[in-house]
Amino acid sequence: MSDFEPKIVAFVCNWCTYAGADLTGTNRMKYSPRVTIIRFPCTGRIDFMLLLKAFANGADGIIVSGCHPNDYHYSSGNFHARRRWIVFRGLLDFLGIDVRRVQFSWVSAAEGAKWAQLVDATAEQIRQLGPFSGYHKLRGAGVE
Amino acid sequence: MARIGVFICHCGENISATVDVAKVAAAAAKIPGVVHSVDYKYMCSDPGQQMVSSAIKEKNLTGVVVAACSPRMHEPTFRRACAEAGLNPFLCEMANIREHCSWVHEKGEATTNKAIDIVRTLVAKVKKNKALLPIKVPVTKTALVLGGGIAGIQASLDIANSGHKVILVEKEPSIGGHMSQLSETFPTLDCSQCILTPRMVEVAQNPNITLYSYAELESLEGFIGNFKARIRKKARSLDEKLCTGCGLCCQKCPTKKIASDFDAGLGMRPAIYVPFPQAVPNKPVIDREHCTYYLKGKCRLCEKVCPTQAIRFDQADEIVEVEVGAVVMATGFDIKHGDFFPEYGYGNYRDVIDGLQFERMASASGPTLGEMRRPSDGKVPEIVVFIACAGSRDPAKGIEYCSKICCMYTAKHAMLYRHKVHHGKPYVFYMDIRAGGKMYEEFVRRAIEEDGVQYIRGRVSRIYERGGKLIVKGADTLLGARPMEIEADMVVLATAGVANPGAEALAQKVHISYDSHHFYSEAHPKLRPVETNTAGIFLAGACQAPKDIPESVAQASGAAAKVAALFSQDELIREPLIAVVDRQAPPLYSTCVGCFLCQTSCPYQAIEKEEIRGRDGQLIKTVAKVNPGLCQGCGTCVALCRSKSIDIQGFSHEQVYAEVLALLNRGESDV
Amino acid sequence: MKTGFYPGCSMKGSAREYSESLMAVAKVLGRELPEIPDWNCCGATAAHNLDRDLALALPARILAAAEKAGMDEVLVPCAACYSRLSVTRHELLDAKGSEALRARISGLIEAEYRGSAKVVNILEWLAGIGGLEGLIQAPFARKVACYYGCLLVRPAGIVKFDRPEEPQSMDRLMKKIGAEPLDWAFKTECCGAGFSISRNDLVARLSGLILDDAVARGAEAVIVACPMCHLNLDMRRPNIEKRADKKFRIPVLYVTQAIGLALGIAPKKLGLQRHKVTVRFSPAVDKSPAETLPPSGTRPGEA
Repeated sequence: MSDFEPKIVAFVCNWCTYAGADLTGTNRMKYSPRVTIIRFPCTGRIDFMLLLKAFANGADGIIVSGCHPNDYHYSSGNFHARRRWIVFRGLLDFLGIDVRRVQFSWVSAAEGAKWAQLVDATAEQIRQLGPFSGYHKLRGAGVE
Repeated sequence: MARIGVFICHCGENISATVDVAKVAAAAAKIPGVVHSVDYKYMCSDPGQQMVSSAIKEKNLTGVVVAACSPRMHEPTFRRACAEAGLNPFLCEMANIREHCSWVHEKGEATTNKAIDIVRTLVAKVKKNKALLPIKVPVTKTALVLGGGIAGIQASLDIANSGHKVILVEKEPSIGGHMSQLSETFPTLDCSQCILTPRMVEVAQNPNITLYSYAELESLEGFIGNFKARIRKKARSLDEKLCTGCGLCCQKCPTKKIASDFDAGLGMRPAIYVPFPQAVPNKPVIDREHCTYYLKGKCRLCEKVCPTQAIRFDQADEIVEVEVGAVVMATGFDIKHGDFFPEYGYGNYRDVIDGLQFERMASASGPTLGEMRRPSDGKVPEIVVFIACAGSRDPAKGIEYCSKICCMYTAKHAMLYRHKVHHGKPYVFYMDIRAGGKMYEEFVRRAIEEDGVQYIRGRVSRIYERGGKLIVKGADTLLGARPMEIEADMVVLATAGVANPGAEALAQKVHISYDSHHFYSEAHPKLRPVETNTAGIFLAGACQAPKDIPESVAQASGAAAKVAALFSQDELIREPLIAVVDRQAPPLYSTCVGCFLCQTSCPYQAIEKEEIRGRDGQLIKTVAKVNPGLCQGCGTCVALCRSKSIDIQGFSHEQVYAEVLALLNRGESDV
Repeated sequence: MKTGFYPGCSMKGSAREYSESLMAVAKVLGRELPEIPDWNCCGATAAHNLDRDLALALPARILAAAEKAGMDEVLVPCAACYSRLSVTRHELLDAKGSEALRARISGLIEAEYRGSAKVVNILEWLAGIGGLEGLIQAPFARKVACYYGCLLVRPAGIVKFDRPEEPQSMDRLMKKIGAEPLDWAFKTECCGAGFSISRNDLVARLSGLILDDAVARGAEAVIVACPMCHLNLDMRRPNIEKRADKKFRIPVLYVTQAIGLALGIAPKKLGLQRHKVTVRFSPAVDKSPAETLPPSGTRPGEA
C-alpha cells in the first residue's frame, strides 16, 4: 500500500477556490501533486453524475470546493450545491463508495493555505483508504 | 477533424525550474488532434503571442491551448491574440501549469506528469469548444430614478446633464425629501432650503427630466438596458395642467387641523395642501382621508374658489408604462417613530421630540417660524436635553448599527438652540462622539467650547414628567458613573435612522438584495458601493445605509456616472458564457420537458417560459428559455436539469466530461 | 391544562393576604390552584450569591416536583421566586451548555428535570384568563399607580412577557376592573428590596421616592405584585414617613386584592385587614378617598 499514489480530481468554482488555489501558488506553498483541478463557473454547476463518472474512470478520491455560503459570486448557487451534496452523501454509501473519498469544502479566494491543507489531508485520507476500483467496470457507460 | 496547437510557457524559470517543459511539449505533440506543440520562454511576450497567431494561420488551427499561468491572469491576453489571428477567442483555453503545478510541487517526474495531465485535460476540452459570439443587448438610454430627495435629485441632474433622459418618481406630492425639512446643515450652518430649492427648480426645468411626483413604482420587469417599469400616478384630485399653484384652495379649505407630515406632526395643514411653500411641483393634492367632501359627500369649496376650474374630485390613479435602461434607487431613510422608547416617554410626552421635529422647530419656515417653543405649552424651553444614540448601537432595541448622522446633527441642534435661546442650557448625553468628516470634529468642538453645550458621557435610563418638567435620569460615566437628574423643559431624541417602511417590498419588486435592517445591499462593500447585485440597478443615498448630505450627493453622482457609462454604448457586450436551452428541429422542438426546476433554482430570475407554437398558432409545448441579458452563467440550472436540456456555453456537459475522462485515462485520451 | 401553585415562604408568612386574596379570586374565576407537593425554598436572594449549583438545584427541584405531579404550568405569585424559577429554567433549557448542566443538576436533586412545566407570574396568569370583565360586581374605580418593581419584568432576555422599561400588563388588568392606571415615573424603580433588614435607611429613602411620586400624581392606591415590594411600601411605612418627615395616606394593594374587591369579595377574605396601612376600600362603589389611620403601631381589625 505504501507505494500507492492516489488520483484525485478537484471540482472547483472559478471565483473562490480556483482563485484560492492560485494564491497557494503565488505564495509557493507546497502540496501533493496527486490532485488535479477542473474549473467550473460555480459549485452549483457540478453535476454529481460527473463524480460517479470520475470514480468509474479511475479516480480514487474527489474534492468539491466552492465559495463560502453567503460569500458568494452568484448569490445562491452554492446553497443549491450544498443541498444536493447532502442528498448525494446518503446515496454514496448505497452505491458502495466510502463517503470519505469525497471531500466537500469551502475555500475562498483568500484561503491559499487552507487549499494546501485540504489537498494534503485528502491525499493522506485516500492513501489510507487505498485505490478505488469498484466502478471500473462501468467505464464507458452512461453519458459521454 | 480537430487541429489543436499547444504552447508551453517557461515563464522565465517559474515553470521550467520544476517542470520538464520539453517533455511536456513532446507528450502534448502525441495527443491525438494536436498538430503543433512548442515551448517558449515567455509566451505572454510579444514574440510569444506572435508564435501563437502565426501558428494559427500557418497550421490552420481549430483550437489553442496555452499551458502557462492561471487563466485569471492571461486568458484575455491569449484570447485577444487568437481573435487577431482570425480564430474565435472562445476556442482558446489555458492550462494552468504554474499556480496549480510548478509553484506548488517539488521538481520531479510527478510534477512533470501532472503538467502533462493538465495539458491533456485542456486539449480534450478545447476540442469540444464551440465558436461563440459575444452577446449584444440594446440599451434604452433613459434612467429611472426612484426617490426625489437630495440623492435622487443629484442623480437625476447628473444623468440629465450628461445628455440622457431621466424619469424621476417621488411618492410625496413634492420632491425635496428629508433635506427640505432641515433647518440648517452641518458643518457650515447654511440654510438647507437655500441650497436645496435651486436644485429642485433645476429638476423641474431640465428638459431631460420627466418628474412624476405623488407617484410610486408599481412593477419593474426586464434586465439591464431593457427594463419596463409601470408607475402609479396617485390621483391628486386636480388637473395639473390647469392648476397654476395660486394656493387659493388651500387658504379656503375648511378642514385645517391635520397634522402635517412635512412639519413632523408639529404643524397643521388643510385637506388640500402643498407640503411646503417651495414645493416642486407647486401643485396641491387633496388628502382624501381627511377631505370633508370624500368623507361626507359635501363641501367642494376648493372647486368653487379655484380660478381655473382645476379640481377633479373623480380623478382616478393612473398607470404609466415606461421603458428604461437603468434604475437608480434613491428612496432614502426614515427615523424610528412611535412606541419605541417607552422609558423616554417618546410618543407620550409632547415635549419629548425627535430630531426631525427639532429641525422643523428650528426652521425659519417651520410651525414656530424658527422660534424655540416647546410643543406642549409654547413656552421657550430654558433647559434642553439632547440624547444621542436613541436606539442606535443598542441590540436590546434591535439596532446594532451606528446611525452615523446623529452625532453631528445633535451638535448642530444644541448649537442652534443656543443661538436662538442665549440664556438656555443645552445638555447632550452621548456614548461616543463620532465626528469623522471634513470639518466635523471642529464643529463639535465649537459647540462645546464656543456655544457652551454641556456634553455628558453616559446613558439616560428614564424620563418622566413631574410638575411640567421632564426629569431626565442618567449617569455621568466620566465622573464614576455618578447618577444625575436634569429637570428639562424639552428633550430631543436622536432616534435611530432606519430603512423606509416600504423598503423591503420595493426591493422585492425590483429584485435587489437587502440586509436584515432592510437597507439595500451594494454589490461589494468596498469596490462596488453604488451598484447592486442586479445589473443595471444602482444605489444612491440613505436607502443603502444612514448617510449625511455630502455622502448621499457623492454616491448619487457616482451612480449617475455608472448610468452615463452604461448609456455611452448603444449595445451592451457580454461574454457569452451563459446557459442555453436545447432547441431542435420539429417534431421534437426541444428536449426540455417544461418542469421549470431551473426557474426555481436561478438566482437571477433569468429563466423564462417560452411557448412553442405551430404555424396555425396551436401551442405545441412550453419550454424554458434563458434571458441572455439576465443570465450570469453560474450553471446551477444545468446541474439540476432532469432531462439535460439546459447547458452552459464554455462549461458544457461535453466539455467537462471530456476533461474528466482525459484527465483520468492517461494515454487513451481521445474520447 | 393543570396549573400548580408555588407559594414560597412569603405567601405563608408576611404575605398571607396575597395568598388569601389569590385563592379567593381563583375560586370566583373557577380555577383550581393545587400546591406543588413537597415544595422547597427557591433560594431567594441568598443562594445565587453563594453557590451556583445550589441556586439552580433548589428551583429545579421545585419544577421537577411540579412536572412529576403532572402540572403544565406553575403559578409563582412572588416576584423573587418567579425570578429564580425563570432564570433556572432558562439556564437549564436555553442557555449555552444547558444540556450538561441539566444532567448535573438532575443528579443533585435526584430527580429528572425535563422542563415541561412553564413558569408564569401573577400578571401573566391573570392576563390569560378570559372573561374577567364579565364577572365584575363593583368596578374598582380608582386612580392607581401600578408598581412592577425590579424582578417581575427583568431580565429582559429571560422574562419576555412584558416590555422591561415601561411595562403595561398590570395597567391593562387594572383597566379591566375599572381602575384608572396613572402614568407615573417609578413603575420599575427599586424599592430597596433585600436591604429591608440590613440597610432600612436605604429602603426608607427609595420607597419614599416611590410613594411621593404616586401621591403627587393623585393615586389612590399603589398596586403591587410582589411580597417584598409590599413589605417595604406597607410595613416599612413608619420608617419611610420618619425619613421623609411627612405622612403618606396611600394604601398598597396586591393586584389580587384590587381584583377581589372588583369581583365583590369581602375585604376580610382578601386579607385587607392585615395591612399596616389601613385600607378603607370596600366592594361597594365608593368614591370616598382612601384614608390612612394613624400609621404605625397597632393593626386595627387584625384577627
